[in-house]
Amino acid sequence: MDLLVTPFSTNSFMIQALVAGVLVSIACAVAGTFVILRGLAFIGDALAHGVLPGIAVAILVGFPGILGAAIGAAFMIGGITLITQRSRLSSDTAIGLLFIGMLSLGVAIVSRSSSFSGDLTRILFGEILGISIQSIIIQLVATVVILAIAVICARPFLLLSFDSEQAEVAGFSARLYHNAMLFMIALTVIVSFQTVGTLLVFGLLIAPAGAGALLARRIEVMMAWAVLFGVLSMYSGLLISYHFDLAAGAAIILVAIVIFFIVFILQNLRNRRMALRQEVRHG
Amino acid sequence: MDNQKKAITLSMEGANTPVLTADGTPYIKAENLNIGYSGEVIVAGINFESGPGEALALIGTNGSGKSTLLKTIVGLLPPMGGQLSVFGIPPGNNHARIAYLGQFHHSGFVLPLRAIDVVRMGRFPQHGLWKRMSQQDDEIVLSAMRTMGIEKLADVPLRSLSGGQQQRTYLAQVLAHQADLLALDEPTAGLDAGSRELYLHAINDELCRGASIIIATHDIHEEAALCRQVMLLAHRVVAFGPPQQVITPEALLETFGIVINGEKRLHVLECQLMDDETQRLGLNLPRR
Repeated sequence: MDLLVTPFSTNSFMIQALVAGVLVSIACAVAGTFVILRGLAFIGDALAHGVLPGIAVAILVGFPGILGAAIGAAFMIGGITLITQRSRLSSDTAIGLLFIGMLSLGVAIVSRSSSFSGDLTRILFGEILGISIQSIIIQLVATVVILAIAVICARPFLLLSFDSEQAEVAGFSARLYHNAMLFMIALTVIVSFQTVGTLLVFGLLIAPAGAGALLARRIEVMMAWAVLFGVLSMYSGLLISYHFDLAAGAAIILVAIVIFFIVFILQNLRNRRMALRQEVRHG
Repeated sequence: MDNQKKAITLSMEGANTPVLTADGTPYIKAENLNIGYSGEVIVAGINFESGPGEALALIGTNGSGKSTLLKTIVGLLPPMGGQLSVFGIPPGNNHARIAYLGQFHHSGFVLPLRAIDVVRMGRFPQHGLWKRMSQQDDEIVLSAMRTMGIEKLADVPLRSLSGGQQQRTYLAQVLAHQADLLALDEPTAGLDAGSRELYLHAINDELCRGASIIIATHDIHEEAALCRQVMLLAHRVVAFGPPQQVITPEALLETFGIVINGEKRLHVLECQLMDDETQRLGLNLPRR
């Protein structure tokens, strides 16, 4: 019991990390569910890395990193939309192009400044153990906004995931709600970078929701599993990091990935057993 | 090029006088309509009208323009010329009254959705973002599933259903709309004989309810032959009119590039209501 609770009850930075982490997990579970259902994994990944130059520039000129991240994300989505609308290239190509371009720009900016190396690690891997109350409040507001979007847009998002033409015919503008979905994903990435970092937020976006997709028959249930797996990863990741002196962000994402593979393997074993049983029954 | 832009409209006599709604406008009215996408006209000069209780079949090869015409009518594609009105106004403005079955359901295998969740989506246009589903909606959803024979599959995930069962689920979604206009693209794709029978009965019931139905199909012998009107498309309107006049070896040769022979079944798929019922529903349905 001591090993599981004491680290949080005796260290204020641990309890703050846990609160921030739970908020991030909820936001990522909700946004991640739609990332998986709509097949937006690549754009999620690109957003997560594409915000890097925005954050780098913001830190260079002394603005809050979160503002830079928002500008970077807006630039990224605008660029992808422009290329896919004005050319015959698929969105994969557009996303890949901007993703690598933004990442290179970010690294180039960071390489110009010698005092940046500490900042770079912080941007890429987050600083969940040094999270401020102010950041937690921003995270809380963002999580509420993300939940509100998911609730308000539940029907169009469902139709959009099913078939964008059906959404359009049913009177829900496919473009409007697709953009609302992108906004929700971008917001998740932007506010989560402080906790788990731009390199790792993507893992929290898809691993818990992916495991949920393997288990659930309904979207609400998938989301609930994703929240559960996300919070579990957060809690165990922080504990592992505390006891074994490992980087917190990396430990959290590793747990999330391990949970995904455990679910995946159990699911496969179960399917095989059911198939075997059916074979026996039918001779 | 000139003759491609010319529409052929066969004279419509007797049973085929256009049917009007109570206020005198047909559900769909196309005048010299050009359809297409990405700036390219696929079919030019389409003329037709369709009203309550009427079924129209669009026949043609892949790429002949039948899906494009359906998409233009439901408002997914803008008309590229001429006039098109749906319920008396430009298309794309009557979401609650239109049900559309597309050909392509790409994400059916990823989504954690049960069959009943898919059918319930058919009630969304009536409810928008906020309005709660009522018990009546649940009953409509159940009845649509019963009509397509999938009520026992309600809790089965969509990804575990066979292709034919999925198609029946999508058709149940269309029925759950209780729409005034049904636009169906290859509705019998993947259906076995029994399911086709269920489908034809369902369509008949929809016509009796007073819906107008427009179907894109390959099935010239059964489905199309049962419609009141048939339009043969091959990048232009090859022929338009009642099936017994339109489905001729010559027209089919022009449409498909091959001659299709076979026994033609010339019953008309249309609602047959008693006169007093017709009046009770306030519909001006055609009489044979």
